[in-house]
Amino acid sequence: MNKSTVLVIDDEAQIRKLLTITLEAQEFYVHEATTAKEGLAAVANHPPDLILLDIGLPDQNGHDVLKHLREWYTNPVIILSVQSNEEDIVRALDNGASDYLVKPFRTGELMARIRSALRKSTVDENHALLTFGDLVLDFSSRTIKKNNEKIKLTATEYTLLALLAKNESKVLTHHYLLTQVWGPTYREESQYLRVFIAQLRKKIEADPNRPVHIITESGVGYRFIA
Amino acid sequence: MIHSKTAMNRLFKEVPIRQQYFISLGAVLCVILLSLLIHEVVGYRAIAFFLLVTISLLSLFLDILPLVLAAVLSALLWNFIFIPPRFTFSIGTAEDQVLLLMYFIIVLIHAVLTAKIRQAQQEVRKREERSRDIKFYNTLLNSLSHELRTPITTIMGATDNLLALGNNLSETNKYELLNEINIASIRLNRQVENLLGVSRLESGAFKIRKDWVDVRELIYTTLGQFEPMFSNHSVTVSASESLPFFKLDFALMEQVLFNLINNAIQHTSEGTSILITADCVDEKLMIAISDTGKGFSEKEIDRVFDKFYRAHASRPGGTGLGLSIVRGFIEAHGGTITLRNLPLSGAEFTIILPTELTYLNNLKHE
Repeated sequence: MNKSTVLVIDDEAQIRKLLTITLEAQEFYVHEATTAKEGLAAVANHPPDLILLDIGLPDQNGHDVLKHLREWYTNPVIILSVQSNEEDIVRALDNGASDYLVKPFRTGELMARIRSALRKSTVDENHALLTFGDLVLDFSSRTIKKNNEKIKLTATEYTLLALLAKNESKVLTHHYLLTQVWGPTYREESQYLRVFIAQLRKKIEADPNRPVHIITESGVGYRFIA
Repeated sequence: MIHSKTAMNRLFKEVPIRQQYFISLGAVLCVILLSLLIHEVVGYRAIAFFLLVTISLLSLFLDILPLVLAAVLSALLWNFIFIPPRFTFSIGTAEDQVLLLMYFIIVLIHAVLTAKIRQAQQEVRKREERSRDIKFYNTLLNSLSHELRTPITTIMGATDNLLALGNNLSETNKYELLNEINIASIRLNRQVENLLGVSRLESGAFKIRKDWVDVRELIYTTLGQFEPMFSNHSVTVSASESLPFFKLDFALMEQVLFNLINNAIQHTSEGTSILITADCVDEKLMIAISDTGKGFSEKEIDRVFDKFYRAHASRPGGTGLGLSIVRGFIEAHGGTITLRNLPLSGAEFTIILPTELTYLNNLKHE
């Protein structure tokens, strides 16, 4: 497999060093940038496979950098933030960030996020059959099987689950899920989402109270894990 | 006694200055009007004493300028309306002239003295506040220096050893040092998290983002954070699936529940049971967290939510901020939290949150 390239845009030398050592040890090529300006130039010269973007850069707001990047750059961008401010995170995700990590984070978590973001960008969109452990989703026949037994889902439940599963490991915001499944006028009607997530968990999780597939991201959204 | 006095001061201090002028005007005019009705019975000299009493009462809570206004106005009106010859400013007898002068002087002395007393009281209060602040910051600094410096010392010491003696250390010792660094940084992070929580609350720039919350999801998500730590405690959740959704700030409530459960785990011995109950009581959300530990001493119950308060028998490794953050976040939701000891054993924290709710989840959904 070819080595993937990661661009780290962070003004803190210690963080850059830590990320570079961690990523190089995991067989990645790493480029570093200390400012938004440097970062944008680096992306334009050699587009990396993935960007780790600190949201608090000295020269430009990370949100603006992200918007700017998204005008032409389509590979994953993972946001690094020092504060667990859900509003900020949701904003970054709505602006096209693939995922987020709040400092301090564990390197295990970092690598898991990077791997899933990269896997996603290479996933075959037209695959009809997706298997997630005990779950099998067949998009061609719109059926779900758990431990080889067919599960009855309502139309809305199916749409929601299919959306989550197609974006495996990716955090999807409440707004995004509501808009995609129910339509733009339901953007703020999170009570519907709560109802259907609870129903889905009852049907697909072994223990709906300790879900392993549909994970709650507090104040942000949901993440589907295989 | 002292308490009620300061409470009164605080109450009166809040009267805005413009209102004070109205009060002083109104009071003097009222007494003059009443006096018109009775001056024939009691005589015009008694009126001076009515006015004197009125101004004495006013001086309890008015500033000096409104008092001077009352003094001048009452002297003029008394003279004009009551001292013969009536309805002139001239005064018939030398006795009355002296009386009016004395009246005016007494009222002014009264005003000045009360103002001075009030000023002195204010200074005392300021001094008290300052010494309270100093005590607060001393506690903060002591607690912080200990809680932050201990892990930092560990990290610096361990890395010194690894850097200087790297090759001479056995693999076991290296591993142990690294593990110590790990534990110290987790501890450091938890303290910083708590300090950020407190400063968020104190900054005032803190806002809550309410959204529909499935309380069962909230509880189980919080419990998910503890997964590896539960080996020594048994945790039970009692929350009906027909519980309505409530409008809450999910992330804040998660931190509230985390701190309360963490508190129960930290302060009870192994094998203790923890019960988390959620219910809808009078259209409000009720969450109770109880344990079967030793409970709190009566003396402590009132103080546990105070900043930096730590139970006497508690283990090292806390700043006493966790429960004060809990109370702050609950109050930000307009709710209350109370603590009581249970009849047999253990303690129970009860949260009551008045907020919007919906029974949408109990309808049939296709």
